[in-house]
Amino acid sequence: MTTQPDEAVIDCRNLWKIFGRRADEAMKAVQERGLGKLEVRDRFDCVVGVQDATFTVGRGEIFCIMGLSGSGKSTLIRHVNRLIEPTSGQLFIEGQDVNQLSAKDLREVRAEKIGMVFQNMALMPHRTVLENVSFSQEVRGHDPKERRDNAMRAIDAVDLNGWDQKYPDELSGGMQQRVGLARAIAADPSILLMDEPFSALDPLIRRQLQDKFMSLSAEMKKTTLFITHDLDEAIRIGDRIAIMKDGALVQVGTPEDIVTNPADEYVADFVAGISKLELISAAKIMTPVEQYEQMNGPANKDGWPEAHPGQSLDDLVNLSVQTQHPVLVKADGRTVGVVTKNALLRGIQGDVADAAGLKH
Amino acid sequence: MAENTFSILDPFSSVDLGLADAADGVKQWAIANRALIQPVKKFFNEMIVGIDSALNAVPPLVMLVILILIAWQAAGRRVAILVGISMVVLGFLSPNAWGLAMTTLAIVVSAVIMSFIIGLPLGVLAGKNDRFETAIRPVLDTMQTIPAFVYLVPVVMLIGIGNVSGVIVTVIFALPPLIRLTSLGIRGVNASVVEAARAFGASPRQILFKVELPLATPTILAGVNQTIMLSLSMVVIASMISVKGLGNEVLRAMGRLDAGKALVGGLGIVILAIVLDRITQGMGQSGRERGHRHWWQGGPVGAVLRLTGRA
Ligand SMILES: Nc1ncnc2c1ncn2[C@@H]1O[C@H](COP(=O)(O)OP(=O)(O)OP(=O)(O)O)[C@@H](O)[C@H]1O
Ligand SMILES: [Mg+2]
Repeated sequence: MTTQPDEAVIDCRNLWKIFGRRADEAMKAVQERGLGKLEVRDRFDCVVGVQDATFTVGRGEIFCIMGLSGSGKSTLIRHVNRLIEPTSGQLFIEGQDVNQLSAKDLREVRAEKIGMVFQNMALMPHRTVLENVSFSQEVRGHDPKERRDNAMRAIDAVDLNGWDQKYPDELSGGMQQRVGLARAIAADPSILLMDEPFSALDPLIRRQLQDKFMSLSAEMKKTTLFITHDLDEAIRIGDRIAIMKDGALVQVGTPEDIVTNPADEYVADFVAGISKLELISAAKIMTPVEQYEQMNGPANKDGWPEAHPGQSLDDLVNLSVQTQHPVLVKADGRTVGVVTKNALLRGIQGDVADAAGLKH
Repeated sequence: MAENTFSILDPFSSVDLGLADAADGVKQWAIANRALIQPVKKFFNEMIVGIDSALNAVPPLVMLVILILIAWQAAGRRVAILVGISMVVLGFLSPNAWGLAMTTLAIVVSAVIMSFIIGLPLGVLAGKNDRFETAIRPVLDTMQTIPAFVYLVPVVMLIGIGNVSGVIVTVIFALPPLIRLTSLGIRGVNASVVEAARAFGASPRQILFKVELPLATPTILAGVNQTIMLSLSMVVIASMISVKGLGNEVLRAMGRLDAGKALVGGLGIVILAIVLDRITQGMGQSGRERGHRHWWQGGPVGAVLRLTGRA
């Protein structure tokens, strides 16, 4: 067993999943002859769920996987706790290859290390909220008092106190999803798998739950794999985002990377409608001060507003409206760049290259 | 069969595969293995007789109250009233009707217990394994459709007449719906709930007992209900191999063309069927459909708990 550097809590390497009776044959054909998704479907009657996914998630990181319906997000996340076994490739959790675990060890990892929230909630209708939330500790045979305390703490954390004796069908959809969240965090696992936890909810409730989740995760520092088909959500929540298409990861990067530097048309289409105000920083759109002075000659910079490179477009707009001058970008007291009004406008459109004057 | 020359136009009458003779061989085998069969038979007979005498030992009025309480707990007040009235009518049908009904009840209870012990595991297996389901389905079809007289004879040849044979032929006929409905119930459990249980570390056994069986319970109870009904419909046939009770009344009345006796036996069976049906149907309903959360919060138990201030 290979041991991984401690940072990579989830380490997924060249993972493939092909569904169908002739999956192994199809896999071989793909590896040897590089068959495409459609050919695999037509020749082997198999569906490619995930193709060659490689990524790592660091400790405490929130990693969003985002893609259209049917792109293989749920299939990919189910490999992490081995609800699905890969056709090829490996997946390590804290250095352990999950597909090498014995049945007993696997159950322990699932119950103690990983909490999962499902797209369709999947609460147990015959159990009360409390019994649902304490399920993973119950199957481990933990002390009843201890598991009750842990469950009550989790129920409390999602603001459901007083509902613990109710049955799931007595709760609204948003509350049920919070029960799902409580169930996932009750055993205090180090990894959270969230499969479109908030997709089925209306925008207002979704926003509330996102906030709830973000405050919880800031507190608990859990390594999280978060699936969504909503880029706004991914940007709000994710430290990094992976964009998935037809089972393949087409781009992995920070929200800013993805928005300012889409890898292909598909990603570009996704980010087209996204507001860049909070995402793009001054450093991305500023013109380096030497270049600025070369083009405009040395200028008297008295009275120019100042910003640091990490500030968002939103902040720059606020600074910029107070004056006619461009904004100076200063790092460690030294001027490093200039953001003109034109650059700011281009930046708001997301056209970073043009804003920074690189296209001239 | 040497005189039968083979004719291509009538191949069937000229070929004898000896199936009937082979079946007759069962008898020889049974005689040869008496020592093996008898102790088993004795054990089950004592069990059935035990249940019978227990039911008959309880004074009818006490039994009536017990039945009403069970009905109240399982199915609510209305059913309890219906059960009470029905059983009173049954008692007044004839002076010995109550005792006969208890004997029949003992046979039915034995058959249902046996069916449950055999049927539940088989049903679970059929629910989880497609191949087993495919294999067992024609067997179940056969058990349900083959005329009882066909297996009555071999069973009697093997075991002899009496209660045990009666229960066996009843189980053969009454078992299939329980297996079918258990399988259906297990298959009907929401797959994503099972997946969630798996994701939180439940073992296959825990999934079965904590998720699948509880969620399949209403369907399984519908199977039990069907099994009870079919068991009751077998009591007349079972009485042909010397099983006592209401069925025997009907059989004897047929022999003597005694319409009165036939009516007593027949009505008795129908009333017993109604009572058992309503009680088991009530069990199949969840308590929440009747406005309380746990079974102990309603019915007489709930009333007692409330009175003693423990609920
Ligand atoms: N058990 C299975 N057998 C066969 N094909 C499957 C199976 N599960 C998923 N697939 C296929 O794999 C592909 C990816 O499905 P998946 O459920 O992972 O998509 P998704 O990205 O989660 O979509 P959604 O946003 O709608 O949930 C689909 O084409 C689907 O048909
Ligand atoms: Mg999905």
